[in-house]
Amino acid sequence: MASLSGSRTGLATVGIACVGFVAFLALAGPFLSPYSPEEFVGAPFQPPGGTLWLGADALGRDALSRVLSGGYRTLGLAAVATVLGVAAGALLGMAAGFLKGTADEAIMRLLDVALAFPQMIFALLFLSILGSDPWLVVLVVAAVHAPQVARVARAGTLRVAGEDFVRHAEAIGTPPLRILLREILPNISVPLLVELGLRYTYSIALIAGLSFLGLGQQPPTPDWGLMINENRIGMGSNPWPVLAPVILIVLLTIGVNLVTDALARRSGATAAETSR
Amino acid sequence: MFEGVVFRLIVRRVLLGLVTLFLVSVVVFVATQYLPGDAAQAVLGRSATPERLEALRTQLSLDDPAPVQYWRWLTGLLSGDAGVSLANQKPIIPQVMPRVANSFTLLAITVIVAVPVAIAAGILAAVRKDSGADATMTVAALGLAAAPEFVIAIGLIAMFSTVVFHWLPPVSMVPPNSSVFTRPAILVLPVLTLALVVFPYIFRMIRASMIEVLESDYMEMGRLKGLRRRRLVLVHALPNALGPTLQVIALTFAYLAGGVVIVEYIFGFPGIGQGLINAVTARDIPVIQLTVLLLATFYVTVNLIADLVTVLVTPKLRTGTWHR
Repeated sequence: MASLSGSRTGLATVGIACVGFVAFLALAGPFLSPYSPEEFVGAPFQPPGGTLWLGADALGRDALSRVLSGGYRTLGLAAVATVLGVAAGALLGMAAGFLKGTADEAIMRLLDVALAFPQMIFALLFLSILGSDPWLVVLVVAAVHAPQVARVARAGTLRVAGEDFVRHAEAIGTPPLRILLREILPNISVPLLVELGLRYTYSIALIAGLSFLGLGQQPPTPDWGLMINENRIGMGSNPWPVLAPVILIVLLTIGVNLVTDALARRSGATAAETSR
Repeated sequence: MFEGVVFRLIVRRVLLGLVTLFLVSVVVFVATQYLPGDAAQAVLGRSATPERLEALRTQLSLDDPAPVQYWRWLTGLLSGDAGVSLANQKPIIPQVMPRVANSFTLLAITVIVAVPVAIAAGILAAVRKDSGADATMTVAALGLAAAPEFVIAIGLIAMFSTVVFHWLPPVSMVPPNSSVFTRPAILVLPVLTLALVVFPYIFRMIRASMIEVLESDYMEMGRLKGLRRRRLVLVHALPNALGPTLQVIALTFAYLAGGVVIVEYIFGFPGIGQGLINAVTARDIPVIQLTVLLLATFYVTVNLIADLVTVLVTPKLRTGTWHR
């Protein structure tokens, strides 16, 4: 057992290293890229060689520069969407668990309707109608996460709501919103942090997937999901414009998962059993 | 008395499922018909002439009051008439049904392939807990669970179709109106992708519940009685570990209702997911409405079945001391 928990800590370190590496490339990338991401520097799908370390993409643009310039949007949009979704879900869930009765039923049944759509279908439905501005992608992805987070927050709130310190706060007439934020939130912060980590990987998968399907970032923007789709027909000639973003997305999602997993194990929750 | 409690629980759950489906249909209808302001404008684009806009509005019956439109749409659907596609002006149902059959084939083969393999791997990992094999499979499952579907698909294409080997076709196209079975090779990569997507969830669940069962007193009893290990694991432990796993298996396949969209798009597989992407690209609203509703219905139904199975296999829940 000792060796196992030791390797768990090791995995968490690997996770932090993966996240750090990808985050560094994504954030510093635009300053490090040797060419402009929209400059034509070679033949379409030219294999790596000379100054083009990863070769050229479908239109003859430098693959390395596009990878380096295309990360921060996905990472940033995913971060904003996750924080918004977890915050909204946490508020709704805490309100449901705290208010109980009809309000609880109403909130949770409404969220169940959102949960009746598979995530990707929900996002496709709204983005296909509303258009694919970045802020719409962020809102839709946040809306996808909120119901699941609300369930976690509600369960935590029900556990805490009967405690003496909450009843004391109620007895002295503390406003409900203040009770939620000052008394209940700190006591359910660990499961919510685990949600934040998990949801971040789902956000990245969803946002990259939407770009891949043509419903996120639009050409000629350099974007990892979009790059994979634009260049996959040329994988036989030059696989790097596809493989480089694929590898970075995998490193990032696995890294975040490892860190979240370690956090969850430490607090006794099991991230593995949380559903998408 | 006892039966009555279970019966009431099931009826309540089924009714709740029907209410959810009704609300889902309202959301789909309202979202597609009203959100951008004018669906006709969204379909035809900015350069549309007023005459064409008016014609399309009449076709989508946008000029009627909303409840009338919704009622006509729903009753049409229930009687098997989903209207005509805006892209080719032909009835939708005959276009969508072959796709549903293809996607169903894909999911069914995935279930047949993935579930036994994941269960076997989970048992193996639980029996050899903390061994090298267990650690390897656990880390592999963690990695697979973290990777988005399209990344797994692209990885497989790079591995087996383009970069490393050239064993399998990278796309799963079939001539129109012919079965996906005419070329079985095209099924391999989509099935493998979906199998790898669902593997980690089933594997981890069966591993965790097997470990719990193996450490129980009655397993110790069996060991002391001198039962053979194989019999102990497969006959005495597995059935008890399978109960909690059933729900995870069902939920995982419900999740695939979303996962097939990207996988079918990548491989060009002629299923309902690819049909949805085509409809989204063409802004073919009636097809989007029907497809999303079908996928959501599948999702709700599988979740419902998962809940009912859980109630039926968990003695604690059958006694009626359990709510919601």
